[in-house]
Amino acid sequence: MTTTMGDQSGLQRRLPPIPDSKQAQDQKVNRRNIIIVRINASDRLFAGTEALEISQLKDKIKEFLTNPANDPNLPEKEMTDIPGYGQYPISKGVISLQNDRGTSYQAYIAAQNELVKAVNELRDDFSRQAYGRPFISLTEEQQSIVKTAIPQNISEAEPKDVTKK
Amino acid sequence: MSKFGSASNKKEVPALSSGSLSDIVFMLLFFFMVTTQMRETENKVQVKVPVASEVVKLERKDLASYINIGAPIRSLQSTFGTEARIQLNDSFKNIDEIRDFIAAERDAMSEADRSYMTTVIRCDQDVRMGIVSDVKQELRRCSALKIMYSARKPAED
Repeated sequence: MTTTMGDQSGLQRRLPPIPDSKQAQDQKVNRRNIIIVRINASDRLFAGTEALEISQLKDKIKEFLTNPANDPNLPEKEMTDIPGYGQYPISKGVISLQNDRGTSYQAYIAAQNELVKAVNELRDDFSRQAYGRPFISLTEEQQSIVKTAIPQNISEAEPKDVTKK
Repeated sequence: MSKFGSASNKKEVPALSSGSLSDIVFMLLFFFMVTTQMRETENKVQVKVPVASEVVKLERKDLASYINIGAPIRSLQSTFGTEARIQLNDSFKNIDEIRDFIAAERDAMSEADRSYMTTVIRCDQDVRMGIVSDVKQELRRCSALKIMYSARKPAED
């Protein structure tokens, strides 16, 4: 019998449900609203079509999600009324993370981590602007408002061979 | 006062009181009793989880089931090789046995808690994603959609 010190921490994710074969792939996402982050078998990272270093990924994602210049190639935003806050343009951007069977787990988690970090930093910025405090010290109600305003849309894509492309 | 007497007075070190020894021993004992937890299963695979700075704590440990993925430990490598394997509970399993495992874990929970069930994937950092993708697909098929990639905080900051 061995004992451990509790070390239960990690990155939480929700897997997409298996799509019904009948309504297969009905929901088309607009091209500009999706960014495909791809890691190939030799752990090289691509966002869209350009190769990136892992350290550049966070800023790329932040730019993609905020679309500060309202670039028509970056995701559209939808003015939504958030109860308890008011009107806020919510980005429709979706990040799709794809990997190869030969990608190392370490590289995959590193990419996941950068994506989460990008969203967390955006939420922090929003919290400071709206409430003058970082996200972590907001009340639960305020946190859920911030979460609505800046959703974490990371999609775990169907596995596919990246090498073929 | 003799305490501040002349320097020629030889100072004696008082004997150490052993009265508080038991306090110290009990304090240590209770500390370890509180902080350690029994490991339910014996590890048969080597898992060194990757580092991630944005980790969150698992909220309900009792609602988690664990899937370990990694190379077999050294003493088992002669029989099982060094290829990454899946360990559920106490033994090596195949991909298609995950379904039974999830069903069993689900049955062990109360009705109200089942939707909060989290599957923790404890995977070694050097494992290739192929096997992890297979596990994820299988989890989707048994609609255990809440997952967590086990990771540890970086040492600095």
